[in-house]
Amino acid sequence: MRQLTRRSILAAVPAALALKAYPARAKEYGPGVTDTEIKIGNTVPYSGPASSYGTIGKAQTAYYKMLNEKGGINGRKVNFISYDDAYTPPKTVEQARKLVEQDEVLLIESPLGTPTNSAIWQYMNQKKVPQLFVATGATKWNDPEHHPWTMGWQPNYQSEGHVYAAYILQNKPDGKIGMLYQNDDFGKDYLKGLKDGLGDKAAKMIINEGPYETTDPTVDSQIVGMKAAGCDVFVNTGIPKFAAQAIRKAAEIDWKPLHILSSVGNSVGAALKPAGLENAKGIISDFYLKDPTDPAWKDDQGFKDWLAFMTKYYPDGDKTDVGNVVGYSLAQTMTQTLTQCGDNLTRANVMKEAANLKDFVLPMVLPGIKLNTTPKDFAPIKQVQMAKFSGERWELFGSLLNGAPS
Amino acid sequence: MTAQPEKAAVMPVATPALRPRLAVRHLVLGGAIVIALVLPFVAKSFVIFQLTQVMIYGLAILGLNILTGFNGQFSLGHSAFYGFGAYTAAILMHRYGVPYYLTLPAAGATCFVIGFLFGLPALRLQNLYLALATFALAIAVPQILKFQPLEAWTGGVQGLVVDQPDPPPFLPIDTDQWLYYLTLTVVLILCGAAWNLVHSRTGRAIMAIRDNPIAASAMGINASLYKSLTFGVSALYTGVAGALGALAVAFVAPDSFNLLLSVSLLVGLVIGGVGSIPGCLFGGLFVLYVPNIAESISTGLAGAIYGIILLIVIFVMPQGAAGFVRLCLGRLPRLRQVQTGSGGGKP
Repeated sequence: MRQLTRRSILAAVPAALALKAYPARAKEYGPGVTDTEIKIGNTVPYSGPASSYGTIGKAQTAYYKMLNEKGGINGRKVNFISYDDAYTPPKTVEQARKLVEQDEVLLIESPLGTPTNSAIWQYMNQKKVPQLFVATGATKWNDPEHHPWTMGWQPNYQSEGHVYAAYILQNKPDGKIGMLYQNDDFGKDYLKGLKDGLGDKAAKMIINEGPYETTDPTVDSQIVGMKAAGCDVFVNTGIPKFAAQAIRKAAEIDWKPLHILSSVGNSVGAALKPAGLENAKGIISDFYLKDPTDPAWKDDQGFKDWLAFMTKYYPDGDKTDVGNVVGYSLAQTMTQTLTQCGDNLTRANVMKEAANLKDFVLPMVLPGIKLNTTPKDFAPIKQVQMAKFSGERWELFGSLLNGAPS
Repeated sequence: MTAQPEKAAVMPVATPALRPRLAVRHLVLGGAIVIALVLPFVAKSFVIFQLTQVMIYGLAILGLNILTGFNGQFSLGHSAFYGFGAYTAAILMHRYGVPYYLTLPAAGATCFVIGFLFGLPALRLQNLYLALATFALAIAVPQILKFQPLEAWTGGVQGLVVDQPDPPPFLPIDTDQWLYYLTLTVVLILCGAAWNLVHSRTGRAIMAIRDNPIAASAMGINASLYKSLTFGVSALYTGVAGALGALAVAFVAPDSFNLLLSVSLLVGLVIGGVGSIPGCLFGGLFVLYVPNIAESISTGLAGAIYGIILLIVIFVMPQGAAGFVRLCLGRLPRLRQVQTGSGGGKP
């Protein structure tokens, strides 16, 4: 049923839609575009401390190789230029400038990382070059008014906070909430989302805030404090290390709240196994992508296509790494945007079409999640689905939740 | 370490045979400056930006060179001073609206004080132990910059955005060109100062400590004071480079100033030539361009290719770029003599 895979995108939707929208326009090209080619830039850490994210860039490269073999976008091949920035902001600036000024790309697709994207944020907006679908969950990328050339992609941390608030209001309307969060923008994004979501009740319901520093050895004292304060809802937004400590400590002191774990810390391998799978049973979390290790997708067409893509075009990629799903989905989102542009491939029109995604479905996000953007809404993926940990794996339940604060 | 400083020290009383070499040296220097002045009008703005960064790295390497090349002390912590300089400039501009040209001396002064104070206790440590102490500094600084109570100034993990300086209205150049000339001016002034320092009494004392600390002490040189001062000056140079770096990149974040930067500076130092002032620019060129070259050959094997290039360079130029150039220049007069047939005129 969900046949909106790359093939159908390429075949059906594009030309018709785009031509209908711009009937009178002849071909209009921005930098990096010819009748046969579209140049796209990208920066990803292939080296350095965050090099495990490098696979996202490789998956995108592989995707465009496949796309080009199948004819490209409206007859134009994609020339995807991906540079290493080693996750260091000065290098990102240098590489972004190289892409824009020397390689003369049309746009930069999903540069990875919050500090790295912050470093080129001003530059891209001054130069009016699209910085599209950045690979980071900070909320600040959704700021069309002040930064009309930058757009996010994944559900941001604040909207996740909204989702948790909605879930709590539904299931424990009188709950006393304890919240563990990292004491920086990322953690505070979650806290703000939760508070906004709870609205007037926030002050009454959140009775214990437990910030931690990444330099802290443990978060035991925060957990003990929450139990002592009588919390019966625990919102755990720690990175995997601290999320795992919190899960383990709660089990040790026999504290059994409604435990909500954020998407940052919900990796089975990185957080739940170290915490003890038994201790994690019953925890609630949220997802937006199909987890490639989840056997439930075995017969899913989108998953099978992804697997076939990985086998043929990126054979040395790790098929259990969700990063390869992210890269694949990012490239598909870009493909859709450029397809919508038709023959009007100017930078301004690319932004216009990026802000004009309507119920776009990606094969590797959860069924039912649709990408929507408007000129005032630069947050493509807003929906997530809740899941409960069975003791072995995450089991999705309930309907999709929309947490966007729009 | 190398023969360069001693040789340079005897230059004023050079024999006639050394004259041509001196002339060549001046010619090269003058030519280089003329080229450097003209370049921004022929190169693309991205290339200008890269060259600005080369000079900035070169300046940071010069700072390390003063410490390591001339004073014989090792530091793995110069990323910290580079970071302090960058943050001093960024905080002054971002929080207090200080004009950019005042942030450079401020960054230098801050780093001099920090370097001097860090130098006092650390310099009781010798060689490898000092390297470890500075290593600790390099590890600590990114975390300190992220530290919560300081966030009001440092901006925490998110870093700070810095406004790039606009060129003065009476000059018909753009921001990149202006930054280039600003950096060039600062680099020339500081290189000149370094040259003077090295060729002064103080410079000889600094080098005497490197070559033979016991003899130096016996001659009445206050070794620990000079070492601390050298550490401070070295930090000053690297700090000014950091401030220029903040202006050029227009953004500072803790992750920019990690241990890798220290190691890159050390690589640049050795490649450029330990104990050579112009060699630092070669070091800067290497630090900036070689990773890019390696990546353009193969994305997947960039690290390995970088390593191979590094090994080749070390084997071909064991004395660094400066030593290599010296070797070539040394052959020049001899060649000329052979050509003109005046081989017998040797004193």
